[in-house]
Amino acid sequence: MIPDLSVSIGKLKLKNPVILASGTVGYGNEISEFTDLSKIGAIVTKSVSLKQRKGNPPQRIVETPAGMLNAIGLANVGVEKFIEEKIPFLEKVNSTVICNIAAGSIEEYVQCVKILDHQEVIKGFEINVSCPNVKEGGLIFGNDIEAVRKITDRTRNATEKPLIIKLSPNTSDIKLFAQAAKSAGADAVSAINTLVGTSFNINTRKPKLQNITGGLSGPAIKPVALVKVLEISRNVDIPIIGIGGIMNWEDAVEFMIAGASAIQIGTVNFINPNAGMEILDGLTDFCTKMNISKIASLTASYQL
Amino acid sequence: MIISRAQIDSVANLQSNIYLLKAYSPDLVRKSYPGQFVNIKVTDGYFPLLRRPFSICDVEGDYVYFMFNIHGQGTKFLSTKAKGEPIDLLGPLGHGFEVDGNYDNAIIMGGGLGAAPFPFLTKHLSNKNIITLIGGRNKNDVITYGMKNVHTCTDDGSLGLKGNVLDLLKSIFPDVTGKSRIFACGPTPMLKALQSFVKETNIECQMATECAMACGFGICQGCPIESSHDHETYKLVCKDGPVFNAEDIIL
Repeated sequence: MIPDLSVSIGKLKLKNPVILASGTVGYGNEISEFTDLSKIGAIVTKSVSLKQRKGNPPQRIVETPAGMLNAIGLANVGVEKFIEEKIPFLEKVNSTVICNIAAGSIEEYVQCVKILDHQEVIKGFEINVSCPNVKEGGLIFGNDIEAVRKITDRTRNATEKPLIIKLSPNTSDIKLFAQAAKSAGADAVSAINTLVGTSFNINTRKPKLQNITGGLSGPAIKPVALVKVLEISRNVDIPIIGIGGIMNWEDAVEFMIAGASAIQIGTVNFINPNAGMEILDGLTDFCTKMNISKIASLTASYQL
Repeated sequence: MIISRAQIDSVANLQSNIYLLKAYSPDLVRKSYPGQFVNIKVTDGYFPLLRRPFSICDVEGDYVYFMFNIHGQGTKFLSTKAKGEPIDLLGPLGHGFEVDGNYDNAIIMGGGLGAAPFPFLTKHLSNKNIITLIGGRNKNDVITYGMKNVHTCTDDGSLGLKGNVLDLLKSIFPDVTGKSRIFACGPTPMLKALQSFVKETNIECQMATECAMACGFGICQGCPIESSHDHETYKLVCKDGPVFNAEDIIL
């Protein structure tokens, strides 16, 4: 028996549940030298904003125990160059593309979605709400439930395509944010984005990151991510894309059991750029061995 | 670039805290060029999590060499590897030194472990007049392995000229005739000083830079370096470098 690996995330149908996370695969071209993007469930582009963003000065990366901090600062080419220079490649590799959007205002989110909505190759949008709100003195949208509701509502009106809200874990109660996204019309949520952290050089007493704070990712955050997925799954009826420290197929299965319909891998791509294909092979073997005919049946199959 | 599961042949302690790792990897050797680097996974598990970038020190037959010092957990693991153990190499990565061109003297300048890419580079400069200038804090820091026509200097005067490599360059330069190109690698303050010197004297200069990075091939965007031509966007050390023309970057 060949197990059916296809999954549905709301109206988004994927051939399998393995998605490459935003910010860990660029726009696909570099990683395609190591892995077959046409076989992966989907890839999420690096965050695209309306205008090109330079990002933060170095140092942007710090390794931590079983994890890493990054403060890239949403460096990206901007919508115009993205369409001109990056989309042709994505069309060529025959991959399912989810476009991640970052913005400094609600209007910018809407404008980005409107401009990119015409692009055939983009099969859905993932909204990065973990961005500073420029008009509100840099408060993070993703920490403000009303802002998440508004962004979801306004971008929902700008596209018919699947709309995924990527939730921040740096909030007191993530299920309320998932509920807000759902009631404003989101098709799914991805959980979780990185956890805010920092690290100091003990000799200079300066933060290692030029930006002072960064986002923690990697195996260190997996238990936190899993419990956030579980919390959403138990309380809100919305498809979840599980993300946070997934390194291998066992982790992927664990996230699906906790409530995820699909999973995203991020940090592992930096270490093993073919990890997605290896996870896919592992999932196939697992389903075969366990007599699971449809992998989608794993979702929220927890026995509490 | 490829991921190569290579086999370790030896890890030798060259001098005080300097080690030389030799690994069998014909695929990698065939594609490598001086100044390029390899991102090495130092253990099988996820501690430490990230790969570590090392410049390609030399190639010989089907073997590739990496030079390192024990700096942290990762290099400590590397130093204890034994013959026959596997090692996971991702590379070759980045743009290396441009050796072709119309010049007579190849002036190689390294500070401390900055000497690491030079044995390989030296082999590619066989038709040039090579002058190698190597500096360190003290004599234990000065690495001359695999290099030709070496002049040395130390901060404390324990070996060669007392001073830095730029002082050394200034001391020998009046006697150099013909057109020169400088190939440099070392700590950022050294590269910065050299950058202003070559600007004044109008000497061609390529420098290998470094920056903390995760992936090594452009997807993490972790290693920006300021460009002198375009201030709207950074270049990446891993992909656009690590070797740059001195006039193209702001250090």
